[in-house]
Amino acid sequence: MLSLIQPEFIVERDREKCIQCKACVRQCAFEVHKYEPEDDEIVSDNSKCVGCQRCVSLCPTQALTVRENPLKFKENAYWTPPVLRNIYKQAESGGVLLTGMGNDRPYPIYWDHILLNASQVTNPPIDPLREPMELRTYLGRKPDALEIHLSKGSPKLKTELAPQLKLDMPILFSAMSYGAISFNTSLALARAAEIMGTYYNTGEGGLHPDLYKYSKNTIVQVASGRFGVDIDYLNVAAAIEIKIGQGAKPGIGGHLPGEKVTEPISLTRMIPDGTDALSPAPHHDIYSIEDLRQLIHALKEATEYTKPVCVKIAAVHNSAAVASGMVRAGADMIALDGFRGGTGAAPTVIRDNVGIPIELALAAVDNRLRKEGIRNQASIIVGGGIRSSSDVIKAIALGADAIYIGTAALVAMGCHMCQKCYTGKCNWGIATQDPYLEKRLNPKIATRRLVHLLNAWALEIEEMMGGMGINSIESLRGNRLQLRGVGLTDTELEILGILPAGI
Amino acid sequence: MKKIYVKEEVCIGCHLCEIYCAVQHSKSKNIIKAFKFESPRPIPKIIVAEKGYISFALQCRHCEDAPCVEACLTGAMRKENGRIVCHTEKCVGCWTCIMVCPYGVVERDIANGRKVVSKCDFCPDLDVPVCVAYCPNEALILAEE
Repeated sequence: MLSLIQPEFIVERDREKCIQCKACVRQCAFEVHKYEPEDDEIVSDNSKCVGCQRCVSLCPTQALTVRENPLKFKENAYWTPPVLRNIYKQAESGGVLLTGMGNDRPYPIYWDHILLNASQVTNPPIDPLREPMELRTYLGRKPDALEIHLSKGSPKLKTELAPQLKLDMPILFSAMSYGAISFNTSLALARAAEIMGTYYNTGEGGLHPDLYKYSKNTIVQVASGRFGVDIDYLNVAAAIEIKIGQGAKPGIGGHLPGEKVTEPISLTRMIPDGTDALSPAPHHDIYSIEDLRQLIHALKEATEYTKPVCVKIAAVHNSAAVASGMVRAGADMIALDGFRGGTGAAPTVIRDNVGIPIELALAAVDNRLRKEGIRNQASIIVGGGIRSSSDVIKAIALGADAIYIGTAALVAMGCHMCQKCYTGKCNWGIATQDPYLEKRLNPKIATRRLVHLLNAWALEIEEMMGGMGINSIESLRGNRLQLRGVGLTDTELEILGILPAGI
Repeated sequence: MKKIYVKEEVCIGCHLCEIYCAVQHSKSKNIIKAFKFESPRPIPKIIVAEKGYISFALQCRHCEDAPCVEACLTGAMRKENGRIVCHTEKCVGCWTCIMVCPYGVVERDIANGRKVVSKCDFCPDLDVPVCVAYCPNEALILAEE
């Protein structure tokens, strides 16, 4: 059958520069480039190119350019080329279209409509290079009030504090399972979390034996498939996260195909070698807040109330009400994942159409918990498309306690957002289990790059806080007066709980 | 003395070390000129060995007690400042060094029409040999023994 799908990208090779070194041929797992020995030439098949830019980055003579195919359909603002392309694909395959990473559609980006304040004249800014700035924060249930007992002049805390997670900066690496990402990628996240005094999250992939030594910086996930969960897994971790939903695919389970369930993955996930790892859409034992309460307390009992339990949901229409239930069910932390959050594989139609922006969900949840007087009972971690230190600081001012970054961390390690994670052929060695491709992510380099990213963001956060005259991240939390909206409707401003710029 | 160590677990088999080695030992030292206009094409003095997904780059180990130096009939192969160097003007192409090298990293320079040995010289003009400097995945590292 003649395929009507035209190539998405065009690979241009400058023949004057190409030295036929075959680096591109070897680097492309999608087999775009081919060496023709008779002609001593390399030819490229545009139809296979996914635009990951691996060959471009490795070409020693900069002979390659990969650009978008300017293929011109008749101009149509409604039936756009991506729409037509998807119809052609489905007419040929008859299947659900899959994709990776987060929602890439042009929905509003509220971060870019929120501006930060700075001090002028009446309230002096702080120079973070000269004065101490505090980015440390603690996650977990906070008491309603503190009772202090004075014995022989020295004050003692009488209130018993719930277990807390100590973060040297308010950024954590979000859940990415070993299976969705390669072992080296998990290792780099774990090492960077240890160096930076923060945490990474195992996702639903279980905890590889070699990563147990980073357990002080590990949040382990209990998801609907319960993969890799046993008492050691729970006890070794710093915190436990119950995953109800994921921003990229709310209401959808997971499916790691059997081909990717290699021996180490089968051991880590505790399932037979080569079998499909299916995570159901719901937890089959959770159909209500009361059921969630049972699981939270079962996990707390299992770990003898020594570690905080987090519940993660995708940001959806009734997140605020659900979040209230989660806190009342005993969650010490709640994680909200916005619709821009990434995934290793999701149906395109779900990724692009389900869920709500994290900015709105965060504001709504924070408002609701405050109104109900239970905001202190749980910390809020938000994730789902946090791109920069300014997104982080705006999220904190909107009410978040800490931020999950996933996509940004992968980009720091080399991801070029080609969205082909679901193929398992990641040319950057990130979303793959192929031993040939996996080696491309050197955990030493990746750790260094992650540490650089977090350090750079920490410096920027300090600069922005200093500008506002704030010297502690705790003083910025929920401080929505530091925010102003531009180009937003009254309703949007009301939901975000911020004033328009100029007032 | 510093040596080049191979991290085979992160060698990605791109062969770029070979490319940069060949350029460094070309007449022009310019990648496009060396490959496009120099005839014959320069040959690398580093070899990437591959089998399945395992690969690693290997060049002269500059042995403490080098068998090639001992075996050389003419005294072309010598040890100088910890490096094993071949003075090709003295090399007669008897290939005894190739026979005795336990790593198989001494090669013939016959591609250049010369009956002499070609081997890693540890890039004497540079602080860091090019194979180490340009390895995109830090699979080759320069470290003290």
